[in-house]
Amino acid sequence: MNAIRRGLGNGLVQAFLVVTGLVWMTPLAGLFLSSLRSAEDTATGGWWTVFTSPGQLSFDNYSALLDNSGITQAFWNTVLISVPATVLVVVIAALAGYAFAWLDFPLREPLFLLVVALLVVPVQIGLLPVAKLFGQLGLFGTIPGVVLFHVAYGLPFAVFLLRNYFAEIPKEMLEAARMDGGSEWRIFIRLVLPVGRPAIASLAIFQFLWVWNDMLVALLFADSTAQPLTVELQSQIRQFGSNIDVLAPGAFLSLVVPVAVFFAFQRHFVQGVMAGSVK
Amino acid sequence: MTATLVKEASRPAAASTDDVRRRPRRRGRIIALLFVLPALLLLGALVVYPVLFSVGRSFFDASGTRFVGGENYAEMFRDPATLKAVRNTAIWVVVAPTLLTGLGLILAVLVEKVRWATAFKLLLFMPMAVSFLAAGIIFRLAYDEDPDKGVLNAAVVSVHDAFTGTSSYPTARARDGQGLTKQPDGAYRTTAALSPGDTVTLGLVGVQPKDLPGGAEPAHAAAGRTPGPDELRGVVYLDFTPGGGGEQGRVDRRESGLPEMRVEAVRDGEAVASTTTASDGSFRFDGLSEGSYTVRLPASNFAPPYEGVSWLGPALVTPAIIGAYLWIWTGFAMVLIGAGLSTLPRDALEAARMDGANEWQIFRRITVPLLAPVLTVVFVTLVINVMKVFDLVYIIAPGPVQEDATVLATQMWLVSFGGGNNQGLGSALGVLLLLLVVPAMVFNVRRFRRSQR
Repeated sequence: MNAIRRGLGNGLVQAFLVVTGLVWMTPLAGLFLSSLRSAEDTATGGWWTVFTSPGQLSFDNYSALLDNSGITQAFWNTVLISVPATVLVVVIAALAGYAFAWLDFPLREPLFLLVVALLVVPVQIGLLPVAKLFGQLGLFGTIPGVVLFHVAYGLPFAVFLLRNYFAEIPKEMLEAARMDGGSEWRIFIRLVLPVGRPAIASLAIFQFLWVWNDMLVALLFADSTAQPLTVELQSQIRQFGSNIDVLAPGAFLSLVVPVAVFFAFQRHFVQGVMAGSVK
Repeated sequence: MTATLVKEASRPAAASTDDVRRRPRRRGRIIALLFVLPALLLLGALVVYPVLFSVGRSFFDASGTRFVGGENYAEMFRDPATLKAVRNTAIWVVVAPTLLTGLGLILAVLVEKVRWATAFKLLLFMPMAVSFLAAGIIFRLAYDEDPDKGVLNAAVVSVHDAFTGTSSYPTARARDGQGLTKQPDGAYRTTAALSPGDTVTLGLVGVQPKDLPGGAEPAHAAAGRTPGPDELRGVVYLDFTPGGGGEQGRVDRRESGLPEMRVEAVRDGEAVASTTTASDGSFRFDGLSEGSYTVRLPASNFAPPYEGVSWLGPALVTPAIIGAYLWIWTGFAMVLIGAGLSTLPRDALEAARMDGANEWQIFRRITVPLLAPVLTVVFVTLVINVMKVFDLVYIIAPGPVQEDATVLATQMWLVSFGGGNNQGLGSALGVLLLLLVVPAMVFNVRRFRRSQR
């Protein structure tokens, strides 16, 4: 009797979860199907009409997108911003993380507490002052400016994460390497980085995702030649209905890369997002 | 808060410098400084300095020339737009984390009971990879007000119509003086009294022939049938002959019946029988007792079609955007709570089951109390994130309702860069955002210092 009840309960649970899963998939499916329809079709009926008249589906929007120099340029800008911003954060934070964990220098403890305090500083507070600063330095509107801003605001979390991970390295390992006469630089390259790979991977994925998906920072710091896909697309959102044949495939294009990263590196992805969620 | 992945670090080996092979101390320090310098320079110039600058700037007026003291902070609570942003942010901070933590908890507990838990978790976590911009476009599509275009309203309208039925003739009306009188509630009623044995023809106009339901047939034949003695018969027809000809108030040969029309027989103001017209517009009431009746076409036949919910209208825009936020973050809450769930002592749960506790009691009395610390972490993390929400509001709220949806981060943007051009007030809003996360900052620092002892 109890077993029957449990079986019934389990059936209900399964049904509930299946429905939830379907609900969660619908928005993405809707975007994808919309991206394969013309603006006129979208103006007259929802994406679900493709199930009754699949003739609406075509890749015309995507080929138009590839011929749209604004979009392709913006896509490359996204790459040119995300990759350096990720590499720089990882390199700079790994160096600092190692120093904070294992090297001795004045004010080490208070400086690290400052880094911890900066973890939750909102990006918004930096927008205006940094814009003025970049204006004076000639960085305003450029890709390096956007990259630098992302690096700076990615650093507190990155340094915090890597320092904590590096601090777990057994002391004896480092001692042995020093006994062998390795310089700090050699130890960093040969020992710390390889040992720290899991944390570095999670960090890199989190930072890449953060920068790739950013709109706010680039909205202010990138001019029309430097703007990434997110900014290019949001500039078309005012005429949402008539631009849907650009917006839908453009949005899909912008999310294909992070979603691919997600499926390729599930574990590191989840860990990175979890750890970085305070940002 | 940065919990899960980051294990509490063990005490760093500050002693490592005075170890066996003592290096020249000065040289070691210089190397160490070279390691941290890039990070410190960037943090100092682009994070610490801007914080100080913004705090200072918030005490000056829009142009930055005149010191105004706390004026910008007072303005924040006077200016209706900014006040609206404060209110909306408060709604966000209360509603979104609560719903997410609750939903995450329920799903985390339930998903443990199925074999495809991993697949489900992956599916729900995936939106975390999607940018707010893309999510915004997705939900602008989904929230479209036209039920023919927005999937949400399509669902709402079909559920609504499944329960209340559709009205087929929103535009239909009767000509004056041809036997039907309009009631105040929009229904039509026969002017003359009828009794069983009568036949009545009810002519309506105002329906485009192309809007007639498929399968509608001419009403002429039905209009001529003779009723039985206790039977009241009739047709409802479109009093319009396509292509002209035909006589007003008469069922002409080519005039169509109006199927699916609700008809009621009314006696002394009470509906005593009701039916629906057939494909030729005919209806009949039988078994009526002697007396005087009227026939009524209830208002529901003519009600305008249900248009669904105005998701992105001023009233619902904030809940609608919170809905999009839930789509993105539920997986996060579920996975984090699920990780906490897996650390619960199995024997406590087993013992409770042995004692005959049902699943609900176990959930309520054991799981939730034991999970309280994890739930707090999830909740606080979400609060911090929700306070800074920007892109989603900026993208989903259409231009005209932008001001109804505004939150602190979007308002700060509008005031500083988007036309407001008041960088004094903008800085004050930035500082307010910072102040709101200060408790989290203190919490982080304390926790870290404790872990170092």
